[in-house]
Amino acid sequence: MTRIFVPKDVAALAVGADKVAAEIAAEARKRGAEVEIIRTGSRGMLFLECLVEVETPSGRIGYGPVTRKDVPSLFDAGFLDGRGHPLWIGKPEDHPYLARQTRLTFARCGVIDPLSLSDYAATGGWRGLSRALEIGAAATIGEVTKSGLRGRGGAGFPTGIKWKTVADCPADRRYVVCNFDEGDSGTFADRMIVEGDPLALVEGMTICALAVGATKGYVYCRSEYPHAAKTFAQALEIARAESYLGPDIRGSGLSFDIEIRMGAGAYVCGEETALLESLEGKRGIVRAKPPLPAHKGLFQKPTVVNNVLSFVAVPHILAEGGEHYASFGMGRSRGTMPLQIAGNVRYGGLFETAFGLTLGEIVEEIGGGTRSGRPVRAVQCGGPLGAYFPPALFDTPFDYEAFAARDGLIGHGGLVVFDDTVDMAQMARFAMEFCAVESCGKCTPCRIGSTRGVEVVDRIGAGVKPAENLALLEDLCQTMKLGSLCALGGFAPYPVLSALRHYPEDFTPRAIAAE
Amino acid sequence: MPEAVAWNEPRAKAILAEFSGLEGPMLPILHALQEEFGYIDAAAIPLIAETLNLSRAEVHGVVTFYHDFRHEPAGRHVLKLCRGEACQSMGSEALAAETLRDLGVAWHGTTTDREFTVEPVYCLGLCTLSPSALLDGEPLARLDRGTLVEALEEVRGQ
Ligand SMILES: Cc1cc2nc3c(=O)[nH]c(=O)nc-3n(C[C@H](O)[C@H](O)[C@H](O)COP(=O)(O)O)c2cc1C
Ligand code: SF4
Ligand code: FES
Repeated sequence: MTRIFVPKDVAALAVGADKVAAEIAAEARKRGAEVEIIRTGSRGMLFLECLVEVETPSGRIGYGPVTRKDVPSLFDAGFLDGRGHPLWIGKPEDHPYLARQTRLTFARCGVIDPLSLSDYAATGGWRGLSRALEIGAAATIGEVTKSGLRGRGGAGFPTGIKWKTVADCPADRRYVVCNFDEGDSGTFADRMIVEGDPLALVEGMTICALAVGATKGYVYCRSEYPHAAKTFAQALEIARAESYLGPDIRGSGLSFDIEIRMGAGAYVCGEETALLESLEGKRGIVRAKPPLPAHKGLFQKPTVVNNVLSFVAVPHILAEGGEHYASFGMGRSRGTMPLQIAGNVRYGGLFETAFGLTLGEIVEEIGGGTRSGRPVRAVQCGGPLGAYFPPALFDTPFDYEAFAARDGLIGHGGLVVFDDTVDMAQMARFAMEFCAVESCGKCTPCRIGSTRGVEVVDRIGAGVKPAENLALLEDLCQTMKLGSLCALGGFAPYPVLSALRHYPEDFTPRAIAAE
Repeated sequence: MPEAVAWNEPRAKAILAEFSGLEGPMLPILHALQEEFGYIDAAAIPLIAETLNLSRAEVHGVVTFYHDFRHEPAGRHVLKLCRGEACQSMGSEALAAETLRDLGVAWHGTTTDREFTVEPVYCLGLCTLSPSALLDGEPLARLDRGTLVEALEEVRGQ
């Protein structure tokens, strides 16, 4: 019996993974070969999907990118014994793309069957939870604080401090809420880990619950991710069956359970207070702070809201100790960051690494430049509210503070590459349009200003009083920055202003008319 | 895609009963109604208001706030085309313009033969394989005009 691993991550499905799996099964039957096909998450080398791996005595051997029509030739070449073939890549972990990474959070992703408790336990799963149960709530929070972990959802707030605030807030009921709204375009790390290692999220949230004294958890999943939602719901059932969730977690006497809830296509519901409103069944309108969710969160109870990646980093931190995690990184950016290299890029994928690589290394060396083969012109970092970086700024190290110093943000770690055909005035216009579509409507500068912004960019393009309109656009951006309650209106100006600053030639009527 | 059921009050009431015991039941109810009927019928609003002890205006406010909830039935197939920046970097805006023109609809529109509804989405998490889309919930990647038309033709009439 040969074990064959085929991903079922939605990105792999999009390039035919189900068809590949079916073809392998059919071909094996035809040839009388005994195979067991195991569906995994993705390794994150999306340029190699569908990446098929075969277990051999010397380890797993990968082949990619495999399409259905490659399957007979794989059998002919003897792939069941790991033999050579044009798609042979050797051991996946030796592939330069993976070998250069530091996989702490994504160690299991693409390796194990995401819905196998025994795979999870055999690869170090539940060690963090056991340790947390052993050392107790206060020491657990201590480890998270020591790790230097900062929230991976965008704002980079220290996770340990947030947990301590919730733990210290007197209440009869506390909540743990996982922000799985992953609204930033160009990002997919939350999705990948929930599809590829959902039990790690269960474990991270459970550790949080015991640390802060919460009994109920919610995962707020964006509706654009139906596949991830299904996998996670199955993981919850599996965990419950073995009392990793429920009224008495592994005989500890602690009670905690998790429910998954679907969003409904509103970007602003990724903002934590809008998310809480949405969970409560209301419109996703941003709340004024204070009170902080840590004091008055879901149903006015103290609530931890963390990003998926923040929770998933925690089992490792508990198992190996906070100091181990903190030994990676630079400055005040500790640990690893799962980068998502996307857009017009040759080697797109998930790249988990310690902070500190430069943008140029990430885009040119790791990403391999553009998929189109044309020169890179711009990289948008940190989602739709993030700045555009030109190659002249490629020496910026990937670090919260270094990016902020250049009016940029790391956000959720997404990098979207554009080649030299990009029209930066159009991208600036889109940033304003997106803000107008997604604004929750509470602040005038965000609600109205963004619509005005679209009109002003159009006027500049049409050659109507360009100088005045450029000044007006800058002005509008300042007003939005200052007069917005949350980062949607407050940061939408960053892509616009960075486009204006670094690509002024795209904002001349001639440039726009020449299209 | 499973054919949506025509709006009917007893079925809607059963769905309400199923979910109204949850903490914060509004979104689960709306999703379940849309799953069943393909949209949120105006007649659902007073029912929800009554069940959850809210005003009709409050319920209406929620239904209209979220992009996902439709106010009229969708076509037999729903195409969600990504307009996020990673997809734009690979030409999604041109692809969307051509597709909308070919089908003779605007965003959120349904073709006259009621085959397709086309909706914009802002990222599907398939950003390394852009441009991307979901067709009846199934992912499509590295799209161009040819492969998208092929995918639409494959489901047409089903
Ligand atoms: C408009 C807007 C959208 C946001 N979207 C997300 C999101 O999709 N996922 C996320 O984790 N955080 C998002 N955030 C950040 C959250 O408000 C919050 O900081 C985060 O969930 C806290 O978790 P963390 O400390 O683990 O990062 C968003 C913020 C804003 C202003
Ligand atoms: S900035 Fe925009 S999205 Fe944020 S609270 Fe104000 S109106 Fe709402
Ligand atoms: S931007 Fe289109 S899938 Fe992410």
